[in-house]
Amino acid sequence: MGEPAIQITDLKKQYQGTIALSSVSFDIKPGEMFGLIGPDGAGKTSLIRILTSLLDPDDGQCRLLGISVNNEPEQVRKVIGYMPQRFSLYPDLTVGENLRFFADLFRVPRQERLKRTEALLQFSRLTPFVKRRAGQLSGGMKQKLALSCALIHTPKVLILDEPTTGVDPVSRREFWGILKTLKEGGVTLLVATPYMDEAEKCDRIALINKGNILAVGTAAEIIERFTGVVYALFGLNLPAIAGWFKKRLHPNQVQILGDRVHVSLFADTTETMDSLCREAENSGHSIRSVEAAEPGLEDTFISLIVEKN
Amino acid sequence: MHAPSALPSPPAVSVRNLTKRFGDFVAVDNVSFDVSQGEIFGFLGANGAGKTTTIRMLTGLLKPSSGEGTVGGWDVNREYEKIKTRIGYMSQRFSLYDDLKVRENLLFFGGIYGLSSQKIRERVKELDGSLNLLEMENRRTVSLPLGFKQRLALACAILHKPPILFLDEPTGGVDPIARRYFWDLISELAAGGTTVFVTTHYMDEAEYCHRLSIMDKGRIVEMDSPFAIKKKYGMTSIQDIFIQLVDR
Repeated sequence: MGEPAIQITDLKKQYQGTIALSSVSFDIKPGEMFGLIGPDGAGKTSLIRILTSLLDPDDGQCRLLGISVNNEPEQVRKVIGYMPQRFSLYPDLTVGENLRFFADLFRVPRQERLKRTEALLQFSRLTPFVKRRAGQLSGGMKQKLALSCALIHTPKVLILDEPTTGVDPVSRREFWGILKTLKEGGVTLLVATPYMDEAEKCDRIALINKGNILAVGTAAEIIERFTGVVYALFGLNLPAIAGWFKKRLHPNQVQILGDRVHVSLFADTTETMDSLCREAENSGHSIRSVEAAEPGLEDTFISLIVEKN
Repeated sequence: MHAPSALPSPPAVSVRNLTKRFGDFVAVDNVSFDVSQGEIFGFLGANGAGKTTTIRMLTGLLKPSSGEGTVGGWDVNREYEKIKTRIGYMSQRFSLYDDLKVRENLLFFGGIYGLSSQKIRERVKELDGSLNLLEMENRRTVSLPLGFKQRLALACAILHKPPILFLDEPTGGVDPIARRYFWDLISELAAGGTTVFVTTHYMDEAEYCHRLSIMDKGRIVEMDSPFAIKKKYGMTSIQDIFIQLVDR
């Protein structure tokens, strides 16, 4: 095993008494596609901003490809590509002009620039739009351009903060196809995402909540940590049934899904679904049938958060 | 879940051959559908499929090129001013004032709909049970977490108790837990009789809808309950069906 591509050790960050990161540690291997999931305000963006040398931690260390972010931020910036959460390209510049701007910013040599720009345009299928202003692109195309700009200096590590927010499923799939190609080319990727289906595409995932890492592992490993049972309930007036279970249990344990209600019972509970259903029926709710359902990443995530609280 | 389509009331939204052209480009192409009162109608489609253009025609913000429709019984071609007073609209980008406090945004939007500050305060208290707005009443909107901003935007859209609510990508960038809470609110509103017309890119959210329509290049290519659509295509995930239908 060589050195990790990203090494995070005891990272801490506070903002005026609010803890954004409380002693976060984990490693990302070279060539790994690593997902960071957590609710808004969990600390995802703080962590990314520290890794990209845009924010100083209060304490702790992080190293990217062996380079200390704390001590050599300029060196780190040369080897990473960063795509921030907000679209931060120039809307008045064309696709080609934006790429050229970023190439200049990263001092890509002139003869290299043309070659790389062309390759990136082809790669992201933006060649037909090279003369279009960035502000006039669709959501999916904007994200592909932002990615291309982040790749102009051929970084070995790519850090993306919620790159597909507001992008439709077809464009999202295309975007993740591009990320996969990059991974196959040896790039290490760290992606923050609120989409569980995207998290499942990653080699490994870290779940983060309130500045704490709740779990690190493959999607399958994390789902294994869900020790409870998920039930699918069918019946009349699902909102009323869901409402009853939310009051009786914790709102996080209940979710309406189309023609059914999913109820998660965590391992530490003494409640049984049988007695809960009887109770619900006695309160006038009509439950037609109950069956066990497969827990997913989201169920596990929620159970880990509830456990922690 | 049963869509209350058996109710004798007229549809909340009814559209026939609705079309919008921008020059040569047909953004919305001969679209027809009905939405029942109290129904959660999911409006899916790729970026640029024509969803927002359709919503803008239904909310009285854009004049159709041809076709007809009613929203809350009012004609989209002629009575758009009346439509605006009958509906709630939460647009893609939350149109809250960042520099205002939570309380001030509520007063401002309530004021637009002609509510007195007394009425607005009553209404906010009423909504507080599910929206928890009061705890951050005096925070400036710019500093709010995204999930809270979204609840505030929803509150601003429903202060005047509109019978029909249009939500254009209300959960973009919102985390899974906050999204669950948000959809609980939507289900509650619909159970109370509010018609909800909603667009989303999250296919798991499509499952919360009574009925879905999937739009591609200005046309509706599929429309039914999530259950019936999954049955028809023999697939378990709306996402896979969506990709199959709109992939180019």
